[in-house]
Amino acid sequence: MLAKRIIPCLDVRDGKVVKGVNFQGIKEVGDPVECAAEYDKQGADEIVFYDITASHEGRGVILDVVRETAKKVFVPLTVGGGIKTVDDIRNTLRAGADKVSVNSQAVQNPQLIKDGADIFGSQCICVGIDAKAIGTNKWTVYINGGRIDMGIDLIDWVKQIEQLGAGEICLNSIDTDGVRGGFDIPMLKAVVNAVKIPVIASGGAGKLGDFADAFLQTDCSAALAASLFHFKELTVGQVKDDCRSKGIIVR
Amino acid sequence: MIAIIDYGAGNIFSVKNALDHLGKESILTADKEVIASADAVILPGVGAFPWAMKKLTESGLVDTIKEQAKQKPFMGICLGMQLLFEKSFEFEECDGLGLIKGYVDRIPEDDLIIPHMGWNKLEYNHECKLFDGLGNDEFVYFVHSYKAFCDDDSLYAYSTYGSSVPAVVGDGRFVYGCQFHPEKSGKTGLKILENFTALSGR
Repeated sequence: MLAKRIIPCLDVRDGKVVKGVNFQGIKEVGDPVECAAEYDKQGADEIVFYDITASHEGRGVILDVVRETAKKVFVPLTVGGGIKTVDDIRNTLRAGADKVSVNSQAVQNPQLIKDGADIFGSQCICVGIDAKAIGTNKWTVYINGGRIDMGIDLIDWVKQIEQLGAGEICLNSIDTDGVRGGFDIPMLKAVVNAVKIPVIASGGAGKLGDFADAFLQTDCSAALAASLFHFKELTVGQVKDDCRSKGIIVR
Repeated sequence: MIAIIDYGAGNIFSVKNALDHLGKESILTADKEVIASADAVILPGVGAFPWAMKKLTESGLVDTIKEQAKQKPFMGICLGMQLLFEKSFEFEECDGLGLIKGYVDRIPEDDLIIPHMGWNKLEYNHECKLFDGLGNDEFVYFVHSYKAFCDDDSLYAYSTYGSSVPAVVGDGRFVYGCQFHPEKSGKTGLKILENFTALSGR
């Protein structure tokens, strides 16, 4: 049986790990290669680099980060942020990433999912989604870091991306993100029930038990968090111990 | 020196990165002489079976692989492991290298998420030097939609995903295959690679 995965996410800008609060006062807090190696040591099942570099020139830097990390860290690496074309996917994979995560770009150009899956295989195409509730059990999809409501029904969208060949979904709830009250269980449940591809829970982890709750209450395959791990409030190892003690299979 | 066969498939740098990390000298190559003079050989691979066999045939490497696999440690990884078998039914019936008895076909359970992707537990079936130093609770990283169907003799370890998924296979002599990616399986994977490199005695 597959183990449930715990995935730390590193936000990277111009080759440095950054942390921002409400999109303001972003500060550099570390070297991504070292941070990734530390997470690897803690038992991370996968590491996500989310590139928030704004300038086109800065784009090459994330590839250097991946290249260096791949020399030291021997678990799967995923890169998200700013991937717009098949060439971007190819370059990212060639640098040593095992998967790419596409988000806004996929909403604006769903063909990117199909082209990426056809050329490189579904297993390396993860689609990131930011969604927000508009009523009971109804959500719409947002782009540009949760700023623009595309008016697309979340469940329609996840079914479409599965059809297009996506290998995985990383589902971020705008409602729970940053609130630290736990993952968005109703949204997760709805998406997991709508598709057969793995779903990663994202947004809302605030305490130890939140990860196990997501695994016990939904059939999600993995759970992702950034700040919680970054600020050392919890280690990946502690989260796994908690899951294990509740009968969840983890590595 | 370990030869990593480069026939244009997938992310082969990660195998080299892992060997570098272990301090084992390796080279990415499609040169028959380099492969013939290596202490051990690794056949990596991501992609489709017929495409990979076509590439190996075009590069003239099929005979070299068959000869070398009879005289030195030889490991196929992921698709590279599948290529070790007699044939595959991925897209079309296609002959493989025939180094291990058996065939490759789609994971049959249609209620499962395919690909089988993620960390799964190694269940040991026969003793194997690749398992030296491993414990009873080891997880390795899989990404695949097809699996091997082989005799119990060739099956050294498996994982359970619906039914049994061959994870480590071999011919009882020099040939080994890993369905998972040891180069992406953390400490467990590095240990398996290290054990493999130790087989060459260098």
